[in-house]
Amino acid sequence: MTDTRNDAIIRLFHVHKRYGAKAALQDLTLDIEKNELLFVTGRSGAGKTTLLRLLYLGEEVSEGQILVDGMNLSRIPRGRIPRLRRKFGIIFQDYKLIPTKTVYDNVALVLDAAGRKPSVIPKKVKSVLRIVGMEDRMNAYPPSLSGGEQQRVAVARAAVGDPKIILADEPTGSLDEEAAGLIMSYLDTFHTRGATVIVATHDKELLRRANTRVVQLRDGRLWPSDPI
Amino acid sequence: MKRFYLRAIKDIRDNRFLTAITVITIALSIMIAAAFALFFINAGDVLTLWQKGIRMMVYLDPEVSETGRIETKSRLQAIAGVQEAHYISREDALERLRGQMQHHAALLDNLRDNPLPEAFEVTLQAGARDSDTLQFLAERISGLETVAEVEYGQQWIGRFTSIIKLFSLAGYAIGGLFFMATVFIVANTIRLVLYARREEIEIMRLVGATDRFIKIPFYLQGMIQGGLGSFLGLTALFLGYFYLTRHFGAGGAGEMFQMRFFPAATCAGIVLGGMVVGWLGSWVSLKQFLK
Ligand SMILES: Nc1ncnc2c1ncn2[C@@H]1O[C@H](COP(=O)(O)OP(=O)(O)OP(=O)(O)O)[C@@H](O)[C@H]1O
Ligand SMILES: [Mg+2]
Repeated sequence: MTDTRNDAIIRLFHVHKRYGAKAALQDLTLDIEKNELLFVTGRSGAGKTTLLRLLYLGEEVSEGQILVDGMNLSRIPRGRIPRLRRKFGIIFQDYKLIPTKTVYDNVALVLDAAGRKPSVIPKKVKSVLRIVGMEDRMNAYPPSLSGGEQQRVAVARAAVGDPKIILADEPTGSLDEEAAGLIMSYLDTFHTRGATVIVATHDKELLRRANTRVVQLRDGRLWPSDPI
Repeated sequence: MKRFYLRAIKDIRDNRFLTAITVITIALSIMIAAAFALFFINAGDVLTLWQKGIRMMVYLDPEVSETGRIETKSRLQAIAGVQEAHYISREDALERLRGQMQHHAALLDNLRDNPLPEAFEVTLQAGARDSDTLQFLAERISGLETVAEVEYGQQWIGRFTSIIKLFSLAGYAIGGLFFMATVFIVANTIRLVLYARREEIEIMRLVGATDRFIKIPFYLQGMIQGGLGSFLGLTALFLGYFYLTRHFGAGGAGEMFQMRFFPAATCAGIVLGGMVVGWLGSWVSLKQFLK
């Protein structure tokens, strides 16, 4: 893996994000390597979600530059945003599953929207649902699932399009230790398959077990000292 | 394309009640506007039929000689707008009168002298059948010294024409109004569906769906509603028309007149127009919603 060091897929230069007078992120400079598994930690309100949102243009920076897989985010025209977003698989803090669509349709939507051939979609969706152990629930609707099950569907949806980058915002948030371990093992699976995985969390247990890079945010700034 | 169509159908099914109301309102709009158009087509038919029958009777001075008569004929035919000047001798005129009087014709047998003047029956070219030209021609012909009198009974056609013109203006206004109403109704329905789907749309965008992918089903929905509405409206109008012609015969405007419905191509055009209007309604909503 050492030969891929300095081969950054995401680069942030002096990024600031302000909401009105409130500075959510301040002067953030950070490189994320291809196929890295990176943890972003910090207390509630430190700016973790904000950082992730900036990467997929859920928000625009107030100042600074972000490069994602060679694309300069401040130069992407509106019509190209979908192309940027397809580089990502995103597990949202609040899952964001569509309650009126089945588990299967929620996951298939990603491939459908990306214009994949309809003939390849079922196989792909079922295989990823099998990985997260939700294949037998694929006709269920999200509201009838437990939190952990919804989280697993969210993971499946994030991974189904073989994205270059997976963003996981508090993926183990409200789960017990066992369920959290399961989610982490899925993320590991996608990581070993070549994806760059960024996990935002304040789950101490998760961080203790992680043997990869951890960056800490404190009041929107990168905290250089030893995180844990 | 099929998946967009399926999504549109699903939305329509999920919003059955709303869609039904929209389709019915569109149907009513189309029906009223089309009823107006149908009225104009048929009124126009009646008018041309009547106009075809327009002729002028040019009565000659009793003193006119044979040469004077022949000269008058060529002069009449030289006038622009005149199609034909047909000579009617005094005997022919009496014969006609006899024919028109039917059972009262016996009265004429008591006449010692034929009181009727010689005349020309002047038929007019198609472009000269409106009331202004008629009046102008009548004045010109009266100016000929061999002519005693000019008669054209159908002055009222002029009045009828202006009434129809007035009505057609009202028709355009109503058509325009219903057009806007239909766009508005579809736009409103689509807006409500969009609103109900806003979370889903947001999620679609987050997972990389293009605007096109999101919009197409809504355009389809608008088009289906517009097409279905105009089809139903036309069908209802046709049933009404069918009932009318069945029960009131040809329509009382003369035996030669046959009331007619829109030709098939026009019907197809109206349904297509409804789809365009539905599309337009979706466009309006989507433009507001997905800035
Ligand atoms: N849309 C917004 N408008 C205004 N302020 C915002 C907005 N989004 C985030 N913030 C503020 O920015 C700061 C960082 O928020 P962010 O959601 O990134 O925190 P976080 O690290 O993800 O927290 P948590 O662990 O609770 O999820 C917070 O103070 C928050 O109140
Ligand atoms: Mg957060």
